[in-house]
Amino acid sequence: MRNFIILILILITSSLSANEWEDKKVFSNGKNTNSLRILSSTDTSFFAPIIKSFLDKYPDVKIEYFVTGTASLDEIFRKSPEQYDLIISSAMDLQLKLVNDGYAKKINQIEHPNWAKWRQSLFAFTIEPAAIVLNKKAFKNIAIPQTRQDLIKELRSRPTFFRNKIGTYDVRKSGLGYLFATQDARTSETFWRLMEVMGGLGTKLYCCSGDMIDDLVSGKIAVAYNVLGSYAEARKKESDEIEIILPADFPTNMMRTALVSNSSSRVKTSETFIRHLLNTQTEKNNDTAHSLPPLFLKPGQQTIILEPALMTYLDKLKRKTFIKEWERAIIQ
Amino acid sequence: MTSELKVSGSLQNRLMLTLISGAAVLGIILFFIVRGYAAQIAQNGQDDILEASLSSILDAIVIQDGSIEVDFPYASLSMLDTELDDRVFYSIYNDDILISGYEDLPLPEKINAEISTFNTIKYKDTNARIASAKRILIGEKERITISVSIAQTQDALSRTLNRISKNVALFGSGFFILVTLLSYWATATTISPLMRLASSVTKRGPQDLSPFEKKVPSEMYPLVTSLNKLMTRLDLSLKQSEDFIAEAAHRVRTPLATVRSHADATLQRVSKKENRDALRSMVRAIDEASRAASQLLDHAMITFRSDNLQKEPINLNDLVQNLIDNLTPIAEMKDIELKFKQEDKIKLYGDFILIQNAIRNLIDNALKYSPYEGIITVSIGTSPISFLEIHDQGPGFPPKDLDNLTVRFARGQNSNGIVGSGLGLTIAKDVANAHGAKLKLSNHEKGGACVTLSF
Amino acid sequence: MKYLLVEDNHELANAICSRIKLDGHVIDHADKLVDAIAFSDTGEYDLILLDIMLPDGDGRSFLKHHRDLKKDTPIIVLTARSQVSDRISILDLGADDYVTKPFDHAELDARCRAVLRRKSGATQPIIKFGDVTFSPLAGQLSINGKIVNLRNRELRLFELLLNARGQIFSKQKLVDRLFAFDEDVSDNAIEVYVGRLRKHLESTSLKISTHRGLGYRLDND
Repeated sequence: MRNFIILILILITSSLSANEWEDKKVFSNGKNTNSLRILSSTDTSFFAPIIKSFLDKYPDVKIEYFVTGTASLDEIFRKSPEQYDLIISSAMDLQLKLVNDGYAKKINQIEHPNWAKWRQSLFAFTIEPAAIVLNKKAFKNIAIPQTRQDLIKELRSRPTFFRNKIGTYDVRKSGLGYLFATQDARTSETFWRLMEVMGGLGTKLYCCSGDMIDDLVSGKIAVAYNVLGSYAEARKKESDEIEIILPADFPTNMMRTALVSNSSSRVKTSETFIRHLLNTQTEKNNDTAHSLPPLFLKPGQQTIILEPALMTYLDKLKRKTFIKEWERAIIQ
Repeated sequence: MTSELKVSGSLQNRLMLTLISGAAVLGIILFFIVRGYAAQIAQNGQDDILEASLSSILDAIVIQDGSIEVDFPYASLSMLDTELDDRVFYSIYNDDILISGYEDLPLPEKINAEISTFNTIKYKDTNARIASAKRILIGEKERITISVSIAQTQDALSRTLNRISKNVALFGSGFFILVTLLSYWATATTISPLMRLASSVTKRGPQDLSPFEKKVPSEMYPLVTSLNKLMTRLDLSLKQSEDFIAEAAHRVRTPLATVRSHADATLQRVSKKENRDALRSMVRAIDEASRAASQLLDHAMITFRSDNLQKEPINLNDLVQNLIDNLTPIAEMKDIELKFKQEDKIKLYGDFILIQNAIRNLIDNALKYSPYEGIITVSIGTSPISFLEIHDQGPGFPPKDLDNLTVRFARGQNSNGIVGSGLGLTIAKDVANAHGAKLKLSNHEKGGACVTLSF
Repeated sequence: MKYLLVEDNHELANAICSRIKLDGHVIDHADKLVDAIAFSDTGEYDLILLDIMLPDGDGRSFLKHHRDLKKDTPIIVLTARSQVSDRISILDLGADDYVTKPFDHAELDARCRAVLRRKSGATQPIIKFGDVTFSPLAGQLSINGKIVNLRNRELRLFELLLNARGQIFSKQKLVDRLFAFDEDVSDNAIEVYVGRLRKHLESTSLKISTHRGLGYRLDND
């Protein structure tokens, strides 16, 4: 009996203490005088080249790279901010609120365009659009929608074809998904109509871009809405099964952001890494291949603005209201 | 012989200091006033936006299906975006229960429904401005009070304030510099009538004691009036002194002349030795009195005149020649030859009357001490410096008296029997001093006294 | 010589007049400016002695009057003022010389001679005795045309004896006339001078005789 209780206790404590990481990797050259713990929502494969190029310059640093979803990332960090030095996430709203709530360190010496930083504490390093991704085969005979309106039209005209063949983020689970959805919603009414149409036809909800794109490639779904364009591009390079459309009516561009924990004990090294990250992402060298989309603003392009208003949809009441609306629309 | 006037401060400096310090004080006061005013306006600006944001949130409060919804627009927080990315905090309370927002946001003691309250608080180690208001909603069964507070840090506000302060300080400094320059110019202009008066006083010749007639500013009126009165008094006093001296001379000399002439005449008629001796000593006494009177009067005049030298260019050669011509009859009486050696032409810049007087006294002295049938040589030359030298063939100066002889009324050891008052050398020395010249007494190697005036 | 004395102080005037008369001159006295002008306009004077302070006016106006009439009679001003400035201005006004009261008659005499000498110029009065020519104003004695270098005192001694020639001039009187009041005169001072003069006049007809207890006398033999 006692053993049983002990086992339960062990299980409970281990489950309590052990975070479930999507990925966890250590980058090191052997001799380490310094180390960094990076908490990120970006897939290791995308971020590894940046870490490797950093270690080329600073070989005596050990980097521990933890990957998890944007929502849990925020939760984990808030619980133990001293555990991590750098926080990298695609959920701009959550990141901004972290800074607003005092979790980030102000780094005055970094020079970065105004629109790509907030309070000299949050630094954006990519520009990535939200896209409509199609399975090419599925749209062989269908006109490719260029706008949300077009998509609505196409969906409405072929209800049978598209039934249960549509995918989008589960905004309840995905921070990025929630961001994209709320930004869409505040911009135009079209979003809610699209959600209703999609809901009426039966939409698969995904927590992550990867899974969504897998199903697109395999043909399980024909069209996915508000997919992270960069991931789709990366996948498109491997298998040209998908078509990526950036909605022409209004584009939604998110920026991946990084911040240094206020409770970090390795501020200098963190600062150096951020500088390296920003330099890499803003380098105008055409021959260096970026693993992540660089921070270049095309003429006329707009991103989601880094401002306190980003916290609007993080408001408890507003979130409740939005999710209620969203559920009502998409889950029918 | 004017005592040194002590200089204490300067009118211009005092005026400037007053103006500048006044400007400085005013400037500083103005700086704080403007800054305070600017701070208020800036704060009002922030408050206005907070108010707008607050209103938009309050307006979004509805009761839907029995539950409270606050679907505030994106704009509510979007309008709070600032240049310096100020942080935003808010809290929404249903009565005393937090329904959304930051739970540790300090609330004001009283929140009104009609008017928003504004406070500056310290939150999360920084200053923030918080606006609060409440709305009362009538539901189905009850009244619900929703209190909303919205707060914003003041980074942008501080920067605006600093910028304003800096600019105000800059303007203030610029203004201050301008005031300094202006006050310098203003004081100079104000002082200028004084300076003009001073220069016109200086330009006047020593004899000009006429009153000042030019127009003066009213503040200077008492000064100039007093000055004019002083000069009139001085003029009068001078005239009185001159008249006194002339009068004294006349009154003393006329009776003396009478007595002397009579004594002289009587002596011709008298033959008894004791009578003759008595008359002779009478005449000697009269001569001494007369010479004393002359020298006293000369000395008085010189002392008097030394303060107001009437300088002019003097041809020394001519001056000495005239003196010698005038004194030759007297010299001839004693069979003394008056020689004039002119090694060079000398032009002096000095008071003619004083210099003539001094040299006359010196030659007179030489005549007195020279033996009969002697030679007195007056020479003037320029090497090494301009000088006038009178050399007689008398007994010379007693060596230990050399320093004292110019002291008033001092008579040397060897002056017994010679009529004189002892002022001759003093007069010469005083005139020399007044002109910055030197008087030297010495004994000639070949005998006799040597008096040298070097200019 | 004919003198005019303008002096308002009578006692002084008397003293001066008697002294000058002793020298053998003629002298008139005026005590007012108006009289002075009247005298000088009508009379011919060799020398005018003028006091500056007169009861009825300033002596300067007399000077001006005198110059305006272009009279060339020499004027010596007598005054109690001795300021150099006064001296200069008086000389500027036309006076020939200036003497301050109280004055030594010897000095006055010397100045009168000097002034008269200047004025007479070429026409000097000359006295002749055989080989001896004497010009009193110039103070020159020549024997046989040759000028004899006499000391001043010797000249005056000669003049005194000459003026009183044929008469005995007492030693005392000679002392009075030849020596200044403040001089110590030795007993044989006069003898010395007489001796020197005798030497000069050796070859001439003028002889000085000593009269013991009485004095000296100049005779033309």
